Amino acid sequence: MRKISLDKLDLLFAKIAENQSLYIPSDSVEGAKFTKWTNGTALTNELNTVRGIKDFFFPQSEDLMKFKMQGKNIEVIDIRDEHEDFVIFGARACDVRAMTVLDNVFLHAEPVDTYYKNRREHGIIMSLACTRPVETCFCGTFGIDAANPEGDIVCHKTDDALYMNAVSEKGTALLDSLSDITEDADTKAVDEQKALIKERMTKLPLAELTTDAFGGGKTEKFFDSPEWAKLSESCLGCGTCTFVCPTCQCYDIRDFKTNDGVVRYRCWDSCMYSQFTRMAHGNNRNSQKERFRQRFMHKLVYYPENNNGMFSCVGCGRCLAKCPIRMNIVKVMKALEGTDNGSN
Amino acid sequence: MQEVMRDKLVAKAKELLTGGVVTRVLGWKRGEFCYDLTPGIFKSADELDKEFDFGDFAAPNLSKYLIDETRKEDGKVAVFMKPCDTYSFNQLLTEHRIDREKVYVIGVPCEGMIDNKKLSAAADGIKNVAVDYENVVVETLWDGNVTVPRESVLAERCLNCKSKKHVALDELVGYEDEITECNRFDEVARLEAMTPEERFEFWQGELSRCIRCNACRDVCPACTCEKCVFDNPSSGVESKAPSDSFEEKMFHIIRAFHVTGRCTDCGECSRVCPQNIPLHLLNRKFIKDINELWGEYQAGAEVGSRAPLVNYTFDDMEPSEAVERGDKNA
Ligand code: SF4
Ligand code: SF4
Ligand code: SF4
Ligand code: SF4
Repeated sequence: MRKISLDKLDLLFAKIAENQSLYIPSDSVEGAKFTKWTNGTALTNELNTVRGIKDFFFPQSEDLMKFKMQGKNIEVIDIRDEHEDFVIFGARACDVRAMTVLDNVFLHAEPVDTYYKNRREHGIIMSLACTRPVETCFCGTFGIDAANPEGDIVCHKTDDALYMNAVSEKGTALLDSLSDITEDADTKAVDEQKALIKERMTKLPLAELTTDAFGGGKTEKFFDSPEWAKLSESCLGCGTCTFVCPTCQCYDIRDFKTNDGVVRYRCWDSCMYSQFTRMAHGNNRNSQKERFRQRFMHKLVYYPENNNGMFSCVGCGRCLAKCPIRMNIVKVMKALEGTDNGSN
Repeated sequence: MQEVMRDKLVAKAKELLTGGVVTRVLGWKRGEFCYDLTPGIFKSADELDKEFDFGDFAAPNLSKYLIDETRKEDGKVAVFMKPCDTYSFNQLLTEHRIDREKVYVIGVPCEGMIDNKKLSAAADGIKNVAVDYENVVVETLWDGNVTVPRESVLAERCLNCKSKKHVALDELVGYEDEITECNRFDEVARLEAMTPEERFEFWQGELSRCIRCNACRDVCPACTCEKCVFDNPSSGVESKAPSDSFEEKMFHIIRAFHVTGRCTDCGECSRVCPQNIPLHLLNRKFIKDINELWGEYQAGAEVGSRAPLVNYTFDDMEPSEAVERGDKNA
């Protein structure tokens, strides 16, 4: 384990940024946001960023290729640019786990998504343990340890120093390259912090929430639950919950006509939208209730069914904080759980 | 801090339900935390007792839900409305979107709603809140009680409240109040005073944060098209994400134009934007322009009024009087 005192944090950032782009969570009008570090970019005091780190690997909208038409010839132009080396500093445990959720979809199933893969290969994640979780945090529900995030380099920030522990090859190489400004450290301060975090996690209002009622094989149990109608009754069908979610992964591929050809791009899509997966015969989910059900069944039942029990919610709490009508996965879980044990 | 408390509203709702005046009640449902109220329908006294809530976080404007709700079944629905919500309701009536006969409007006085985003920024880890006229005392997870001035966490639209008077009503619970003086155009005037370049930069900065979740449109009581042009695959402008910065601005500019003269300035768009974009400023600019060019006009102040932009009178101003050709500030 290495450490650097907090007053030298800028030195650390500068050193990392010498060889690759560095992004750190910094305050902005929208809230905390991963910002490309340049001299003077300050680390936020906010717990987490408005949006997760998903955007770095799976951006909201990206051009895939171009077609240029000349007479009868079509030229296919490769416009890929996902080869930038970059480091993300300060990702939280929930958001790092969200990358595993996305990896299962984009990397561990055929066909491999090479756009995503390239970015994953070029990105290094320095995660940061959470000492001040907020009321909407429920990562623990999904077995995520906020005191021990995953990532390439795991960091703990105490009052006076930043402790760094490399846990992957990429991480080790990066940390080695920082050896002349960091020093060796024992684990005492980090162990103390871990204990504090563990204790705090038990005091969160959602600490008792479990996934016991959910998982693969529960489709029939929940699909026709009368709760869906109530839960979705005031859902606006906007895509806020989807677009702020670090694990939502659906996209659409579109062609955009330009003067001399076509740009093919993809952009995030939301199962909450009426035109989602629209087919020749129309849409297979015609009511907001069906669309709403899809989002939560996917996270709580279908995804775990196809991914060895792993859920595709990481408890980051963003949908709790951002839904315009304040409906969210916790309310859904509690309502369905209620029908499950007959207490409702 | 609300003068009229939850229990009084529950009692009123029960009375209307059991008396057979209405078959259901549209109100706010209690959530996980003290602040997360969700709009919902109540059909029994039992549901009201268990789930109904009202207080400083009853921000959602319920009027738009009445479009679907009044189509669903016969029988009246009772709805709770804050003063600003009743302007949206009137505007929907003006546009024939709601069958007035099927609605029973219960007016609720309002002391201003707290903005969750501001509150979360002011205090981390909110366990509970106690609100009085001066202060909000937040019981936090790790910092004990944190006291913040109530004004610092009030919603923008409440700080600039345009009216505390209900303009549509079947019954009022609590006291009657008046149209208020406010400074809601100050910020617009500040933008007007900028150079075109500065203003472009301001909006570019704001709108470039948009993630096109469409929450602003979906919550807007003036956006009630059965199929929005931006959702229509055959329209040629459908898009799910801003593919470029032009497209991104186009969505907002078209939307703002489309609600001009119909936007009541209810503030819902800015309230729901997950990216903190001050959308109300766009619409307020149009309201201010209408006021200045055609005379004071408040959408939703009464039912059936003809907005200046859809009305023609002989003394309407000519376009050339409004803007001079080539005016760089236009
Ligand atoms: S649950 Fe909330 S955020 Fe998601 S679509 Fe419905 S209203 Fe929008
Ligand atoms: S569903 Fe909500 S809490 Fe779960 S990962 Fe997505 S945004 Fe976070
Ligand atoms: S959900 Fe857990 S990991 Fe994520 S920010 Fe909160 S405490 Fe940290
Ligand atoms: S609510 Fe905000 S982020 Fe969503 S579409 Fe509207 S302006 Fe964009």
